[in-house]
Amino acid sequence: MSEILVLVDHADGAVKKPTYELLTIAKRLGEPSAVFIGAADKADGVVEAVKKFGAEKVYVVDDTEIKGYLVAPKAEVLQQIATQANPDAILITSSGEGKEIAGRLAIKLESGLITDAVDVQPGPVTTQSVFAGNFTVQAKVTKGTPIITVKPNAAAPEESAGAGAVDKVTPTISDSAKKAQIVASQPREATGRPELTEAAIVVSGGRGTGGNFEPVENFADSLGAAVGASRAAVDSGWKPHAFQIGQTGKTVSPQLYVAAGISGAIQHRAGMQTSKTIVAINKDEEAPIFELVDFGVVGDLHTVLPAATDEVTKRKG
Amino acid sequence: MNIVVCVKYVPDATAEQKFESDNTVDRVGVPGLLSELDEYAVEQSLQLKEKNDDPESVQVTALTVGPEQAGDAIRKALQMGADKGVHVIDDAVAGSDAPATSKVLAAAIQKLGDVDVVVCGMASTDGAMSVVPAMLAERLDLPQVTLGSVVESQGDQFRIKRDGDTATEIIGATAPLVLSVTDQSGEARYPSFKGIMAAKKKPLESWSLGDLGVDAGEVGLAAAWTAVEATEARPPRTAGQIVTDEDGSGATALVEFLASKKFI
Ligand SMILES: Cc1cc2nc3c(=O)[nH]c(=O)nc-3n(C[C@H](O)[C@H](O)[C@H](O)COP(=O)(O)OP(=O)(O)OC[C@H]3O[C@@H](n4cnc5c(N)ncnc54)[C@H](O)[C@@H]3O)c2cc1C
Ligand SMILES: Nc1ncnc2c1ncn2[C@@H]1O[C@H](COP(=O)(O)O)[C@@H](O)[C@H]1O
Repeated sequence: MSEILVLVDHADGAVKKPTYELLTIAKRLGEPSAVFIGAADKADGVVEAVKKFGAEKVYVVDDTEIKGYLVAPKAEVLQQIATQANPDAILITSSGEGKEIAGRLAIKLESGLITDAVDVQPGPVTTQSVFAGNFTVQAKVTKGTPIITVKPNAAAPEESAGAGAVDKVTPTISDSAKKAQIVASQPREATGRPELTEAAIVVSGGRGTGGNFEPVENFADSLGAAVGASRAAVDSGWKPHAFQIGQTGKTVSPQLYVAAGISGAIQHRAGMQTSKTIVAINKDEEAPIFELVDFGVVGDLHTVLPAATDEVTKRKG
Repeated sequence: MNIVVCVKYVPDATAEQKFESDNTVDRVGVPGLLSELDEYAVEQSLQLKEKNDDPESVQVTALTVGPEQAGDAIRKALQMGADKGVHVIDDAVAGSDAPATSKVLAAAIQKLGDVDVVVCGMASTDGAMSVVPAMLAERLDLPQVTLGSVVESQGDQFRIKRDGDTATEIIGATAPLVLSVTDQSGEARYPSFKGIMAAKKKPLESWSLGDLGVDAGEVGLAAAWTAVEATEARPPRTAGQIVTDEDGSGATALVEFLASKKFI
């Protein structure tokens, strides 16, 4: 069976959940091989983590030389591994960075690229959701090594023991790959809530909050949910851009999406329309968001949400 | 300084979007416009020009690859203030995927020659792959400073602020480079009446693949590196239950619903 390369998405050695989803998908397609680009002293922990999800092999690349140079060196690393391993497919998480690595890699390997897959089946055949979630599309790569970026939540991670054989790789990085540099970095403040794109429940607030997100946040906390925002709320400075859901923010596909004080513009829908269950609270019964909902409350979020929060807390006892 | 801003003509997102029988996006039967996300790229290009010590020495060229109607995207950019337009138009381009589009754009940029900054939007509002800027950087062997929410430059030194998933970063590079900007980078200006009149006299060139030395067989639907096998309209959502809140009834019904779905 042929190798399927999975680029490990991690924060300083802490493997992120989408990586396990990719390994699970890789197992469907062939033999999963993880590629870890990071600090050498974090490699052992990463190997332990990914072999639990089926990684037969782990390519370990010490990033001392390339840290801080953005995506170009990572694309070179993957190119060199792919040229050696000749994999059947390369899977990368569909983040801003992941897509750019994939884009550069596609040109290097002269291989077709599919982005934002919400499912991948043997073939590999991908499913994507397009036009603000109004269509689904099945596609295939027809040239070279299929490179696929996969959205979070595209598969439920399944544990399965892999050999986790370590292959230390020392790539050659060109000077031109080191021309764009991260000069400063300010880690985002931890919110203590689940990661937006990975959360099972997301509660979002829009202009209707009037800038007071407390009811939204309290309701989210009662459900153990992540907090999101519409662009109107972000543009008003009520929440940082990292909270924005929609075409130019994050796409989420949780089990439950709650929109409070959000009208449901097409660009907002683009980021949440594929949620399994959709709930809205809006005081305008004509708001377009109500066309999408499984359950809607016509009312003021400032009274409905606090009452609902109390009720949820009471039930949870 | 020479700036090239890549602008795409896209179907209007608020109109009904559909596919052709060959599974390509219908770009002709649907009203289109300059991608709103590329307006931000035009705006930043114009600001780079205006903030330069010698604005007259800076030339902003708007570049598009697309069918005849795509000329509208160029015209809008010229009305906003770009100095010159280049429209790559060739029947063979229809159905091109991102690698092919980036190939044609790269060839056009090379033909323009002596380009210091290539500015792109963060994504096309139709395809939304967000990969063309990275592919252009790869093809032109240039550094990429992409997805910037703030752009600063001094001479040939560029810095952007990027709001990433885990951190806010400042990214720096020396021109020539590829820059892409997000919709956080600042409102795009509206064309003024003067701008609209002036645009009519600005140079607009049309280039074919032959002019670029790109072989027609390397682009278009048949040469795409991916193939769409099927498209399906999402089944309409079944109408949900809507209640009107009266004296707290809304909250109770909401929590009942969530409990029935096992979210509590
Ligand atoms: C290129 C482009 C990209 C965009 N990208 C995005 C994106 O990524 N994400 C995004 O969200 N938008 C995006 N937008 C903007 C989008 O078009 C809308 O403007 C935006 O989503 C509106 O946000 P909103 O629903 O919070 O505000 P509004 O549309 O103003 O809606 C507010 C809603 O709150 C309700 N309300 C008011 N008070 C209360 C109350 N007390 N209780 C309950 N309800 C109340 C109102 O009835 C109304 O329905 C984009 C636009 C463009 C052009
Ligand atoms: N056909 C095109 N003509 C000109 N610019 C384009 C074209 N396609 C993509 N671009 C540029 O690349 C950016 C990202 O596009 P995409 O990768 O398709 O999401 C856009 O915002 C444009 O700046």
